[in-house]
Amino acid sequence: MQTATLRTAAPSTDAVRLDGLVKHFGSGDRQVTAVDGVDLAVRPGEIVAFLGPNGAGKTTTIDMMLGFSTPDAGTVQILGGTPADAVAQGRIAAVLQTGGLLKDLTVAETVRLTASLFPTARPVEEVLGRAGIADIAGRRVGSCSGGQQQRLRFALALLPDPDLLLLDEPTTGMDVEGRRDFWAAIRADAGRGRTVLFATHYLEEADEYADRIVLVRRGRIVADGTPAYVKSLAAGRTVRATLPDADQVALLSAPGVTSVEVRGDTVLLRTADSDATARFLLTRTPAHDLEVTAHSLEDAFIALTTDTTSTGSLR
Amino acid sequence: MTTVPISAAADRRVPPLGGFNLTFLGLEIRRLLRNRRTVIFTLILPAAFFFMFGSGQTDPAARAYVLVSLGVYGAMIATTSGGAMVSIERAQGWSRQLRLTPLRPVAYIAIKVITAMVLGLASVVVDFAIGAAVGVHLTATQWIVCGLVAWLGALVFAAFGLFAGYLLPSENVMQILGPVLALLAFAGGLFVPLQFLDPTVQSLAKMTPAYGVGELARIPLTHDALGWAPVLNIVVWLGLFVVGAALLFRRDTRRV
Repeated sequence: MQTATLRTAAPSTDAVRLDGLVKHFGSGDRQVTAVDGVDLAVRPGEIVAFLGPNGAGKTTTIDMMLGFSTPDAGTVQILGGTPADAVAQGRIAAVLQTGGLLKDLTVAETVRLTASLFPTARPVEEVLGRAGIADIAGRRVGSCSGGQQQRLRFALALLPDPDLLLLDEPTTGMDVEGRRDFWAAIRADAGRGRTVLFATHYLEEADEYADRIVLVRRGRIVADGTPAYVKSLAAGRTVRATLPDADQVALLSAPGVTSVEVRGDTVLLRTADSDATARFLLTRTPAHDLEVTAHSLEDAFIALTTDTTSTGSLR
Repeated sequence: MTTVPISAAADRRVPPLGGFNLTFLGLEIRRLLRNRRTVIFTLILPAAFFFMFGSGQTDPAARAYVLVSLGVYGAMIATTSGGAMVSIERAQGWSRQLRLTPLRPVAYIAIKVITAMVLGLASVVVDFAIGAAVGVHLTATQWIVCGLVAWLGALVFAAFGLFAGYLLPSENVMQILGPVLALLAFAGGLFVPLQFLDPTVQSLAKMTPAYGVGELARIPLTHDALGWAPVLNIVVWLGLFVVGAALLFRRDTRRV
Protein backbone atom coordinates (compact mmCIF):
# COMPACT_ATOMS: atom_id res chain seq x y z
CA MET A 1 0.00 0.00 0.00
CA GLN A 2 1.27 3.37 -0.97
CA THR A 3 2.02 5.90 1.74
CA ALA A 4 0.02 9.04 1.24
CA THR A 5 2.63 11.49 0.04
CA LEU A 6 0.08 13.96 -1.20
CA ARG A 7 1.34 16.89 -3.13
CA THR A 8 -0.10 20.05 -1.69
CA ALA A 9 -0.96 21.62 -5.03
CA ALA A 10 -2.39 18.56 -6.75
CA PRO A 11 -5.80 18.02 -5.17
CA SER A 12 -7.14 21.41 -6.20
CA THR A 13 -5.93 21.15 -9.80
CA ASP A 14 -8.31 19.92 -12.45
CA ALA A 15 -7.02 17.12 -14.63
CA VAL A 16 -8.51 18.86 -17.64
CA ARG A 17 -9.74 22.38 -17.87
CA LEU A 18 -11.15 23.77 -21.09
CA ASP A 19 -12.40 27.34 -21.27
CA GLY A 20 -14.33 28.66 -24.23
CA LEU A 21 -12.60 26.31 -26.62
CA VAL A 22 -13.20 27.05 -30.31
CA LYS A 23 -11.70 25.45 -33.40
CA HIS A 24 -12.56 26.13 -37.03
CA PHE A 25 -11.46 24.30 -40.13
CA GLY A 26 -11.32 25.66 -43.64
CA SER A 27 -11.95 29.29 -44.46
CA GLY A 28 -14.47 31.66 -45.97
CA ASP A 29 -17.83 30.18 -46.91
CA ARG A 30 -16.57 26.69 -46.35
CA GLN A 31 -15.47 27.30 -42.82
CA VAL A 32 -16.65 24.63 -40.43
CA THR A 33 -16.71 25.15 -36.70
CA ALA A 34 -15.67 21.80 -35.27
CA VAL A 35 -15.56 22.93 -31.65
CA ASP A 36 -17.84 25.78 -30.71
CA GLY A 37 -17.26 27.08 -27.19
CA VAL A 38 -16.54 24.07 -25.02
CA ASP A 39 -16.09 24.57 -21.26
CA LEU A 40 -15.16 21.51 -19.30
CA ALA A 41 -13.47 20.71 -16.02
CA VAL A 42 -12.51 17.14 -15.21
CA ARG A 43 -11.48 16.40 -11.64
CA PRO A 44 -8.65 13.99 -10.86
CA GLY A 45 -9.82 10.39 -10.70
CA GLU A 46 -12.96 10.86 -12.78
CA ILE A 47 -13.80 8.56 -15.66
CA VAL A 48 -15.50 10.72 -18.21
CA ALA A 49 -17.16 9.66 -21.44
CA PHE A 50 -17.14 12.17 -24.24
CA LEU A 51 -20.23 10.97 -26.01
CA GLY A 52 -21.47 12.18 -29.34
CA PRO A 53 -22.09 11.19 -32.92
CA ASN A 54 -19.32 11.24 -35.52
CA GLY A 55 -18.40 14.78 -36.40
CA ALA A 56 -19.44 16.21 -33.04
CA GLY A 57 -15.94 17.57 -32.45
CA LYS A 58 -14.65 14.91 -30.08
CA THR A 59 -11.40 14.15 -31.87
CA THR A 60 -10.71 17.82 -32.50
CA THR A 61 -11.12 18.53 -28.80
CA ILE A 62 -8.82 15.65 -27.87
CA ASP A 63 -6.22 16.87 -30.37
CA MET A 64 -6.22 20.23 -28.62
CA MET A 65 -5.90 18.56 -25.20
CA LEU A 66 -2.77 16.84 -26.49
CA GLY A 67 -1.37 19.99 -28.05
CA PHE A 68 -1.58 18.50 -31.54
CA SER A 69 -3.50 21.54 -32.65
CA THR A 70 -4.00 24.97 -31.16
CA PRO A 71 -7.44 26.40 -30.40
CA ASP A 72 -8.68 29.40 -32.39
CA ALA A 73 -10.10 30.75 -29.14
CA GLY A 74 -10.16 29.65 -25.53
CA THR A 75 -7.61 27.84 -23.41
CA VAL A 76 -6.61 24.30 -22.56
CA GLN A 77 -5.06 23.40 -19.24
CA ILE A 78 -3.88 19.88 -18.57
CA LEU A 79 -3.06 19.08 -14.94
CA GLY A 80 -2.53 22.76 -14.33
CA GLY A 81 -0.08 23.27 -17.20
CA THR A 82 0.15 23.27 -20.96
CA PRO A 83 -0.53 20.13 -23.01
CA ALA A 84 3.07 20.17 -24.28
CA ASP A 85 4.44 20.11 -20.73
CA ALA A 86 2.08 17.32 -19.74
CA VAL A 87 3.23 15.24 -22.73
CA ALA A 88 6.92 15.99 -22.11
CA GLN A 89 6.56 14.93 -18.48
CA GLY A 90 4.59 11.82 -19.33
CA ARG A 91 1.61 13.01 -17.27
CA ILE A 92 -0.86 12.63 -20.12
CA ALA A 93 -1.08 9.69 -22.51
CA ALA A 94 -3.53 8.74 -25.20
CA VAL A 95 -4.85 5.93 -27.32
CA LEU A 96 -5.61 7.59 -30.62
CA GLN A 97 -7.86 6.57 -33.44
CA THR A 98 -5.21 7.35 -36.00
CA GLY A 99 -1.88 6.89 -34.23
CA GLY A 100 0.02 4.48 -36.42
CA LEU A 101 2.29 1.68 -35.36
CA LEU A 102 5.35 0.37 -37.16
CA LYS A 103 4.45 -2.88 -38.88
CA ASP A 104 8.02 -4.14 -38.98
CA LEU A 105 8.57 -4.08 -35.20
CA THR A 106 7.29 -6.73 -32.83
CA VAL A 107 4.81 -5.89 -30.09
CA ALA A 108 7.51 -6.03 -27.39
CA GLU A 109 9.96 -3.99 -29.47
CA THR A 110 7.36 -1.28 -29.98
CA VAL A 111 6.86 -1.08 -26.23
CA ARG A 112 10.61 -1.14 -25.58
CA LEU A 113 11.22 1.62 -28.09
CA THR A 114 8.51 3.83 -26.64
CA ALA A 115 9.66 3.11 -23.08
CA SER A 116 13.15 4.28 -23.99
CA LEU A 117 11.77 7.74 -24.76
CA PHE A 118 10.55 8.35 -21.21
CA PRO A 119 12.93 9.12 -18.35
CA THR A 120 10.99 6.73 -16.13
CA ALA A 121 8.68 4.11 -17.54
CA ARG A 122 6.83 1.12 -16.18
CA PRO A 123 8.51 -2.20 -17.01
CA VAL A 124 7.73 -3.58 -20.48
CA GLU A 125 6.38 -6.89 -19.12
CA GLU A 126 4.07 -5.08 -16.74
CA VAL A 127 2.34 -2.95 -19.37
CA LEU A 128 2.10 -5.88 -21.78
CA GLY A 129 0.41 -7.85 -19.02
CA ARG A 130 -1.93 -5.07 -18.05
CA ALA A 131 -2.96 -4.52 -21.64
CA GLY A 132 -3.49 -8.27 -22.02
CA ILE A 133 -0.98 -8.80 -24.83
CA ALA A 134 1.88 -10.53 -23.03
CA ASP A 135 1.16 -13.68 -25.06
CA ILE A 136 1.79 -11.93 -28.39
CA ALA A 137 4.89 -9.97 -27.34
CA GLY A 138 6.99 -11.55 -30.08
CA ARG A 139 4.48 -11.03 -32.87
CA ARG A 140 5.09 -8.49 -35.64
CA VAL A 141 2.73 -5.56 -35.31
CA GLY A 142 1.80 -5.97 -38.99
CA SER A 143 0.24 -9.36 -38.28
CA CYS A 144 -1.75 -8.28 -35.20
CA SER A 145 -5.51 -7.81 -35.39
CA GLY A 146 -7.05 -4.37 -35.01
CA GLY A 147 -8.02 -5.14 -31.44
CA GLN A 148 -4.53 -6.35 -30.58
CA GLN A 149 -3.02 -3.21 -32.09
CA GLN A 150 -5.41 -1.13 -30.05
CA ARG A 151 -4.35 -2.91 -26.87
CA LEU A 152 -0.73 -2.31 -27.89
CA ARG A 153 -1.52 1.41 -28.09
CA PHE A 154 -3.06 1.09 -24.66
CA ALA A 155 0.13 -0.60 -23.39
CA LEU A 156 2.17 2.28 -24.81
CA ALA A 157 -0.10 4.76 -23.07
CA LEU A 158 0.48 3.01 -19.74
CA LEU A 159 4.27 3.29 -19.98
CA PRO A 160 4.72 6.75 -18.44
CA ASP A 161 2.18 5.90 -15.73
CA PRO A 162 0.15 8.96 -16.75
CA ASP A 163 -2.14 10.89 -14.44
CA LEU A 164 -4.54 11.41 -17.32
CA LEU A 165 -5.41 8.97 -20.06
CA LEU A 166 -7.31 10.01 -23.19
CA LEU A 167 -8.92 7.37 -25.37
CA ASP A 168 -10.31 8.40 -28.72
CA GLU A 169 -12.93 5.92 -29.94
CA PRO A 170 -10.75 3.14 -28.58
CA THR A 171 -12.91 0.22 -29.66
CA THR A 172 -13.71 1.27 -33.21
CA GLY A 173 -13.33 -1.67 -35.53
CA MET A 174 -13.15 -4.25 -32.75
CA ASP A 175 -15.41 -7.24 -32.58
CA VAL A 176 -17.56 -7.83 -29.54
CA GLU A 177 -14.99 -9.97 -27.80
CA GLY A 178 -12.14 -7.58 -28.53
CA ARG A 179 -14.22 -4.73 -27.21
CA ARG A 180 -15.00 -6.60 -24.00
CA ASP A 181 -11.34 -7.53 -23.43
CA PHE A 182 -10.24 -3.98 -24.10
CA TRP A 183 -12.66 -2.50 -21.60
CA ALA A 184 -11.81 -5.15 -19.05
CA ALA A 185 -8.17 -4.01 -19.28
CA ILE A 186 -9.12 -0.33 -19.02
CA ARG A 187 -11.47 -0.96 -16.12
CA ALA A 188 -8.87 -2.95 -14.20
CA ASP A 189 -6.48 -0.07 -14.70
CA ALA A 190 -8.89 2.73 -13.85
CA GLY A 191 -9.36 1.17 -10.43
CA ARG A 192 -5.93 2.56 -9.66
CA GLY A 193 -7.15 6.14 -9.54
CA ARG A 194 -6.15 7.42 -12.94
CA THR A 195 -8.23 10.09 -14.63
CA VAL A 196 -9.68 8.72 -17.85
CA LEU A 197 -11.49 10.57 -20.60
CA PHE A 198 -12.74 8.55 -23.52
CA ALA A 199 -14.55 9.58 -26.65
CA THR A 200 -17.17 7.24 -27.98
CA HIS A 201 -20.30 7.21 -30.03
CA TYR A 202 -21.61 4.10 -28.29
CA LEU A 203 -24.12 4.98 -25.61
CA GLU A 204 -23.73 1.60 -23.90
CA GLU A 205 -20.00 2.07 -23.65
CA ALA A 206 -20.39 5.45 -21.99
CA ASP A 207 -23.11 4.11 -19.73
CA GLU A 208 -21.15 1.09 -18.64
CA TYR A 209 -17.69 2.51 -18.09
CA ALA A 210 -18.01 6.20 -17.19
CA ASP A 211 -18.77 8.01 -13.92
CA ARG A 212 -19.78 11.00 -15.91
CA ILE A 213 -21.02 11.54 -19.43
CA VAL A 214 -20.40 14.69 -21.39
CA LEU A 215 -22.70 14.73 -24.36
CA VAL A 216 -21.49 16.73 -27.33
CA ARG A 217 -23.28 17.80 -30.45
CA ARG A 218 -21.96 20.02 -33.20
CA GLY A 219 -19.01 21.17 -31.17
CA ARG A 220 -21.02 22.07 -28.08
CA ILE A 221 -21.69 20.32 -24.82
CA VAL A 222 -25.41 19.61 -24.64
CA ALA A 223 -25.51 17.59 -21.43
CA ASP A 224 -23.12 16.79 -18.63
CA GLY A 225 -23.77 14.55 -15.66
CA THR A 226 -23.89 11.04 -14.30
CA PRO A 227 -24.89 8.29 -16.72
CA ALA A 228 -28.25 8.03 -14.97
CA TYR A 229 -28.86 11.74 -15.40
CA VAL A 230 -27.83 11.84 -19.03
CA LYS A 231 -29.78 8.71 -19.74
CA SER A 232 -32.84 10.27 -18.21
CA LEU A 233 -32.40 13.20 -20.56
CA ALA A 234 -31.61 11.05 -23.50
CA ALA A 235 -34.14 8.38 -22.74
CA GLY A 236 -36.89 10.91 -22.03
CA ARG A 237 -40.50 9.86 -21.96
CA THR A 238 -43.68 11.21 -23.30
CA VAL A 239 -46.62 11.63 -20.95
CA ARG A 240 -49.89 11.80 -22.80
CA ALA A 241 -53.05 12.93 -21.07
CA THR A 242 -56.49 14.20 -21.77
CA LEU A 243 -56.65 17.78 -20.57
CA PRO A 244 -59.17 20.20 -22.10
CA ASP A 245 -58.17 23.86 -22.26
CA ALA A 246 -54.57 23.10 -21.32
CA ASP A 247 -52.38 26.02 -20.30
CA GLN A 248 -49.26 25.41 -22.40
CA VAL A 249 -47.07 27.84 -20.51
CA ALA A 250 -47.96 26.41 -17.13
CA LEU A 251 -47.35 22.88 -18.38
CA LEU A 252 -43.93 23.82 -19.70
CA SER A 253 -42.86 24.79 -16.19
CA ALA A 254 -44.14 21.53 -14.72
CA PRO A 255 -41.47 19.23 -13.24
CA GLY A 256 -39.32 17.45 -15.83
CA VAL A 257 -41.14 18.80 -18.85
CA THR A 258 -38.99 19.76 -21.81
CA SER A 259 -41.64 20.36 -24.45
CA VAL A 260 -45.40 20.60 -24.73
CA GLU A 261 -47.62 19.78 -27.65
CA VAL A 262 -51.39 20.29 -27.59
CA ARG A 263 -53.66 18.37 -29.95
CA GLY A 264 -57.21 19.31 -29.21
CA ASP A 265 -58.06 17.88 -25.79
CA THR A 266 -54.87 15.84 -25.70
CA VAL A 267 -51.54 17.09 -24.41
CA LEU A 268 -48.18 15.45 -25.15
CA LEU A 269 -45.47 16.31 -22.67
CA ARG A 270 -41.89 15.31 -23.33
CA THR A 271 -40.29 14.86 -19.97
CA ALA A 272 -37.05 13.91 -18.34
CA ASP A 273 -38.87 12.79 -15.21
CA SER A 274 -42.12 11.08 -16.10
CA ASP A 275 -43.02 10.29 -12.48
CA ALA A 276 -42.86 13.92 -11.41
CA THR A 277 -44.70 15.06 -14.49
CA ALA A 278 -47.44 12.48 -14.00
CA ARG A 279 -47.77 13.38 -10.33
CA PHE A 280 -48.08 17.01 -11.26
CA LEU A 281 -50.74 16.31 -13.86
CA LEU A 282 -52.79 14.15 -11.53
CA THR A 283 -52.59 16.36 -8.47
CA ARG A 284 -52.52 19.88 -9.88
CA THR A 285 -54.62 19.61 -13.02
CA PRO A 286 -57.84 17.88 -14.05
CA ALA A 287 -55.86 15.69 -16.44
CA HIS A 288 -56.92 12.06 -16.82
CA ASP A 289 -56.28 8.97 -18.99
CA LEU A 290 -52.53 9.25 -18.50
CA GLU A 291 -50.24 7.24 -20.71
CA VAL A 292 -46.44 7.12 -20.33
CA THR A 293 -44.32 5.98 -23.26
CA ALA A 294 -40.59 5.42 -23.12
CA HIS A 295 -38.37 5.91 -26.09
CA SER A 296 -35.59 3.49 -26.80
CA LEU A 297 -32.29 4.77 -25.46
CA GLU A 298 -30.74 4.74 -28.84
CA ASP A 299 -33.56 6.69 -30.50
CA ALA A 300 -33.51 9.25 -27.76
CA PHE A 301 -29.75 9.61 -27.90
CA ILE A 302 -29.98 10.25 -31.60
CA ALA A 303 -32.73 12.79 -30.97
CA LEU A 304 -30.69 14.55 -28.34
CA THR A 305 -27.56 14.76 -30.42
CA THR A 306 -29.01 15.55 -33.80
CA ASP A 307 -32.33 17.33 -33.25
CA THR A 308 -31.63 21.03 -33.62
CA THR A 309 -34.96 22.07 -32.06
CA SER A 310 -34.37 20.40 -28.71
CA THR A 311 -34.36 22.60 -25.67
CA GLY A 312 -30.97 24.19 -26.05
CA SER A 313 -28.32 23.71 -23.48
CA LEU A 314 -29.30 21.24 -20.84
CA ARG A 315 -26.20 21.67 -18.73
CA MET B 1 -10.02 1.83 0.47
CA THR B 2 -9.07 5.20 -0.85
CA THR B 3 -7.16 5.37 -4.07
CA VAL B 4 -4.21 7.66 -4.21
CA PRO B 5 -3.38 9.01 -7.66
CA ILE B 6 -0.80 6.53 -8.89
CA SER B 7 1.92 8.93 -9.71
CA ALA B 8 1.25 11.48 -7.01
CA ALA B 9 4.75 11.02 -5.73
CA ALA B 10 6.36 10.16 -9.03
CA ASP B 11 9.22 12.25 -10.18
CA ARG B 12 8.13 13.97 -13.36
CA ARG B 13 11.14 14.79 -15.46
CA VAL B 14 11.79 15.52 -19.08
CA PRO B 15 14.18 13.00 -20.71
CA PRO B 16 17.82 13.97 -21.25
CA LEU B 17 18.99 14.56 -24.83
CA GLY B 18 15.42 15.09 -25.97
CA GLY B 19 14.74 11.37 -25.86
CA PHE B 20 17.80 10.30 -27.84
CA ASN B 21 19.00 6.91 -26.56
CA LEU B 22 20.78 3.77 -27.67
CA THR B 23 17.77 1.43 -27.33
CA PHE B 24 15.92 3.54 -29.85
CA LEU B 25 18.96 3.68 -32.15
CA GLY B 26 19.51 -0.08 -31.91
CA LEU B 27 15.88 -0.86 -32.75
CA GLU B 28 15.95 1.54 -35.68
CA ILE B 29 19.03 -0.14 -37.12
CA ARG B 30 17.46 -3.54 -36.60
CA ARG B 31 14.34 -2.39 -38.43
CA LEU B 32 16.38 -1.17 -41.35
CA LEU B 33 18.25 -4.48 -41.56
CA ARG B 34 14.95 -6.35 -41.38
CA ASN B 35 13.89 -4.75 -44.62
CA ARG B 36 15.04 -7.23 -47.24
CA ARG B 37 14.89 -4.72 -50.05
CA THR B 38 17.10 -2.26 -48.17
CA VAL B 39 19.67 -4.96 -47.46
CA ILE B 40 19.73 -6.09 -51.09
CA PHE B 41 20.10 -2.59 -52.46
CA THR B 42 22.66 -1.30 -49.99
CA LEU B 43 24.81 -4.30 -49.13
CA ILE B 44 24.47 -6.75 -51.99
CA LEU B 45 23.82 -4.68 -55.10
CA PRO B 46 27.03 -2.54 -55.01
CA ALA B 47 29.07 -5.70 -54.48
CA ALA B 48 27.24 -7.44 -57.35
CA PHE B 49 27.90 -4.42 -59.58
CA PHE B 50 31.55 -4.68 -58.72
CA PHE B 51 31.64 -8.30 -59.88
CA MET B 52 29.86 -7.30 -63.08
CA PHE B 53 31.79 -4.18 -64.02
CA GLY B 54 34.89 -3.95 -61.86
CA SER B 55 36.58 -7.21 -61.05
CA GLY B 56 36.95 -8.07 -64.75
CA GLN B 57 38.88 -4.89 -65.54
CA THR B 58 42.50 -5.62 -66.43
CA ASP B 59 43.76 -2.20 -65.37
CA PRO B 60 44.20 -2.14 -61.55
CA ALA B 61 43.49 1.61 -61.55
CA ALA B 62 40.17 1.00 -63.31
CA ARG B 63 39.28 -1.71 -60.77
CA ALA B 64 40.01 0.68 -57.93
CA TYR B 65 38.00 3.44 -59.66
CA VAL B 66 34.98 1.17 -59.97
CA LEU B 67 35.31 -0.12 -56.42
CA VAL B 68 35.48 3.31 -54.78
CA SER B 69 32.71 4.67 -57.01
CA LEU B 70 30.45 1.78 -56.10
CA GLY B 71 31.32 2.36 -52.44
CA VAL B 72 29.99 5.89 -52.85
CA TYR B 73 26.95 4.51 -54.69
CA GLY B 74 26.17 1.98 -51.94
CA ALA B 75 26.58 4.59 -49.23
CA MET B 76 24.27 6.99 -51.01
CA ILE B 77 21.54 4.37 -51.40
CA ALA B 78 21.97 3.39 -47.76
CA THR B 79 21.78 6.90 -46.35
CA THR B 80 18.93 7.89 -48.64
CA SER B 81 16.96 4.82 -47.49
CA GLY B 82 17.69 5.71 -43.87
CA GLY B 83 16.60 9.31 -44.27
CA ALA B 84 13.55 8.37 -46.31
CA MET B 85 12.28 6.17 -43.47
CA VAL B 86 10.55 9.30 -42.19
CA SER B 87 8.25 9.08 -45.18
CA ILE B 88 7.10 5.57 -44.30
CA GLU B 89 6.64 6.58 -40.68
CA ARG B 90 4.55 9.56 -41.64
CA ALA B 91 2.46 7.44 -43.99
CA GLN B 92 1.84 4.85 -41.27
CA GLY B 93 1.00 7.52 -38.70
CA TRP B 94 3.91 6.59 -36.44
CA SER B 95 5.08 10.20 -36.22
CA ARG B 96 1.72 11.05 -34.64
CA GLN B 97 2.21 8.27 -32.13
CA LEU B 98 5.68 9.62 -31.32
CA ARG B 99 4.18 13.01 -30.60
CA LEU B 100 2.62 11.41 -27.53
CA THR B 101 6.10 10.92 -26.10
CA PRO B 102 8.66 13.44 -24.83
CA LEU B 103 10.83 12.72 -27.89
CA ARG B 104 12.07 16.02 -29.30
CA PRO B 105 11.88 16.36 -33.09
CA VAL B 106 15.59 17.16 -33.23
CA ALA B 107 16.44 13.92 -31.41
CA TYR B 108 14.22 12.01 -33.84
CA ILE B 109 16.06 13.50 -36.82
CA ALA B 110 19.42 12.75 -35.18
CA ILE B 111 18.38 9.11 -34.75
CA LYS B 112 17.36 8.93 -38.40
CA VAL B 113 20.62 10.45 -39.63
CA ILE B 114 22.77 8.22 -37.42
CA THR B 115 20.82 5.12 -38.47
CA ALA B 116 21.30 6.12 -42.09
CA MET B 117 25.02 6.67 -41.56
CA VAL B 118 25.46 3.31 -39.82
CA LEU B 119 23.91 1.57 -42.79
CA GLY B 120 26.05 3.72 -45.11
CA LEU B 121 29.17 2.60 -43.26
CA ALA B 122 28.13 -1.04 -43.50
CA SER B 123 27.63 -0.64 -47.23
CA VAL B 124 31.11 0.88 -47.75
CA VAL B 125 32.75 -1.76 -45.56
CA VAL B 126 31.08 -4.67 -47.39
CA ASP B 127 31.99 -3.19 -50.76
CA PHE B 128 35.64 -2.59 -49.79
CA ALA B 129 35.97 -6.02 -48.16
CA ILE B 130 34.83 -7.67 -51.37
CA GLY B 131 37.16 -5.48 -53.40
CA ALA B 132 40.11 -6.39 -51.20
CA ALA B 133 39.17 -10.06 -51.38
CA VAL B 134 39.16 -10.12 -55.18
CA GLY B 135 42.46 -8.33 -55.58
CA VAL B 136 42.09 -4.56 -55.49
CA HIS B 137 45.33 -3.36 -53.95
CA LEU B 138 45.36 -0.01 -52.24
CA THR B 139 47.60 1.41 -49.56
CA ALA B 140 46.23 1.56 -46.04
CA THR B 141 45.87 5.33 -46.35
CA GLN B 142 43.97 4.97 -49.61
CA TRP B 143 41.56 2.43 -48.12
CA ILE B 144 40.88 4.59 -45.11
CA VAL B 145 40.64 7.97 -46.81
CA CYS B 146 38.57 6.70 -49.75
CA GLY B 147 36.29 4.85 -47.35
CA LEU B 148 35.86 7.77 -44.98
CA VAL B 149 35.13 10.24 -47.77
CA ALA B 150 32.65 7.87 -49.45
CA TRP B 151 30.94 7.34 -46.11
CA LEU B 152 30.91 10.89 -44.72
CA GLY B 153 30.09 12.36 -48.12
CA ALA B 154 26.92 10.27 -48.01
CA LEU B 155 25.63 12.72 -45.41
CA VAL B 156 24.48 14.69 -48.46
CA PHE B 157 22.17 11.78 -49.26
CA ALA B 158 21.00 11.29 -45.69
CA ALA B 159 19.78 14.88 -45.97
CA PHE B 160 18.37 14.10 -49.42
CA GLY B 161 16.50 11.11 -47.98
CA LEU B 162 15.00 13.25 -45.21
CA PHE B 163 14.05 15.93 -47.71
CA ALA B 164 12.40 13.39 -50.02
CA GLY B 165 10.80 11.67 -47.01
CA TYR B 166 9.09 14.85 -45.93
CA LEU B 167 8.19 15.72 -49.51
CA LEU B 168 6.62 12.38 -50.43
CA PRO B 169 4.48 10.80 -47.75
CA SER B 170 4.47 7.32 -49.14
CA GLU B 171 5.20 3.81 -47.98
CA ASN B 172 6.97 3.11 -51.26
CA VAL B 173 9.22 6.12 -51.34
CA MET B 174 12.32 4.06 -52.22
CA GLN B 175 10.64 2.75 -55.35
CA ILE B 176 10.62 6.35 -56.53
CA LEU B 177 14.04 7.22 -55.19
CA GLY B 178 15.84 4.09 -56.46
CA PRO B 179 15.78 5.12 -60.14
CA VAL B 180 16.51 8.73 -59.17
CA LEU B 181 19.62 7.58 -57.31
CA ALA B 182 20.74 5.44 -60.25
CA LEU B 183 20.41 8.47 -62.50
CA LEU B 184 22.31 10.67 -60.07
CA ALA B 185 25.03 8.03 -59.74
CA PHE B 186 25.36 7.94 -63.51
CA ALA B 187 25.50 11.72 -63.79
CA GLY B 188 27.97 11.84 -60.92
CA GLY B 189 30.40 9.59 -62.79
CA LEU B 190 29.99 6.64 -60.46
CA PHE B 191 29.16 4.15 -63.21
CA VAL B 192 31.08 5.60 -66.16
CA PRO B 193 33.87 8.22 -65.92
CA LEU B 194 32.51 11.56 -67.08
CA GLN B 195 35.35 11.97 -69.60
CA PHE B 196 33.47 9.56 -71.84
CA LEU B 197 30.47 11.86 -72.04
CA ASP B 198 29.68 14.78 -74.32
CA PRO B 199 31.34 17.98 -72.96
CA THR B 200 28.02 19.78 -72.50
CA VAL B 201 26.54 16.82 -70.67
CA GLN B 202 29.75 16.63 -68.65
CA SER B 203 29.51 20.19 -67.40
CA LEU B 204 25.87 19.66 -66.43
CA ALA B 205 26.68 16.34 -64.78
CA LYS B 206 29.29 18.04 -62.62
CA MET B 207 26.53 20.02 -60.98
CA THR B 208 24.59 16.95 -59.82
CA PRO B 209 24.83 15.90 -56.17
CA ALA B 210 26.75 12.64 -56.51
CA TYR B 211 29.58 14.18 -58.48
CA GLY B 212 31.28 15.97 -55.60
CA VAL B 213 31.41 12.96 -53.29
CA GLY B 214 32.59 10.64 -56.09
CA GLU B 215 35.40 12.98 -57.16
CA LEU B 216 36.53 13.61 -53.62
CA ALA B 217 36.49 9.93 -52.68
CA ARG B 218 38.72 9.07 -55.65
CA ILE B 219 41.36 11.74 -55.05
CA PRO B 220 43.56 9.34 -53.03
CA LEU B 221 43.61 7.06 -56.11
CA THR B 222 44.34 9.70 -58.72
CA HIS B 223 46.53 11.94 -56.57
CA ASP B 224 44.79 14.89 -58.21
CA ALA B 225 44.99 18.19 -56.43
CA LEU B 226 42.01 18.89 -54.23
CA GLY B 227 39.91 21.13 -56.47
CA TRP B 228 37.24 23.50 -55.25
CA ALA B 229 34.55 22.15 -57.58
CA PRO B 230 33.74 18.87 -55.76
CA VAL B 231 33.90 20.53 -52.34
CA LEU B 232 31.60 23.32 -53.47
CA ASN B 233 29.29 20.70 -54.99
CA ILE B 234 29.04 18.85 -51.66
CA VAL B 235 28.57 21.98 -49.59
CA VAL B 236 25.87 23.43 -51.85
CA TRP B 237 23.85 20.20 -52.16
CA LEU B 238 24.15 19.40 -48.47
CA GLY B 239 23.00 22.93 -47.67
CA LEU B 240 20.05 22.72 -50.08
CA PHE B 241 18.86 19.36 -48.78
CA VAL B 242 19.24 20.32 -45.12
CA VAL B 243 17.34 23.57 -45.60
CA GLY B 244 14.68 21.83 -47.70
CA ALA B 245 14.25 19.06 -45.14
CA ALA B 246 14.13 21.56 -42.28
CA LEU B 247 11.44 23.66 -43.99
CA LEU B 248 9.29 20.62 -44.79
CA PHE B 249 9.86 19.25 -41.31
CA ARG B 250 8.62 22.48 -39.72
CA ARG B 251 5.55 22.44 -41.93
CA ASP B 252 4.98 18.83 -40.94
CA THR B 253 5.19 19.33 -37.18
CA ARG B 254 2.91 22.33 -37.35
CA ARG B 255 0.29 20.43 -39.30
CA VAL B 256 -2.80 19.30 -37.48
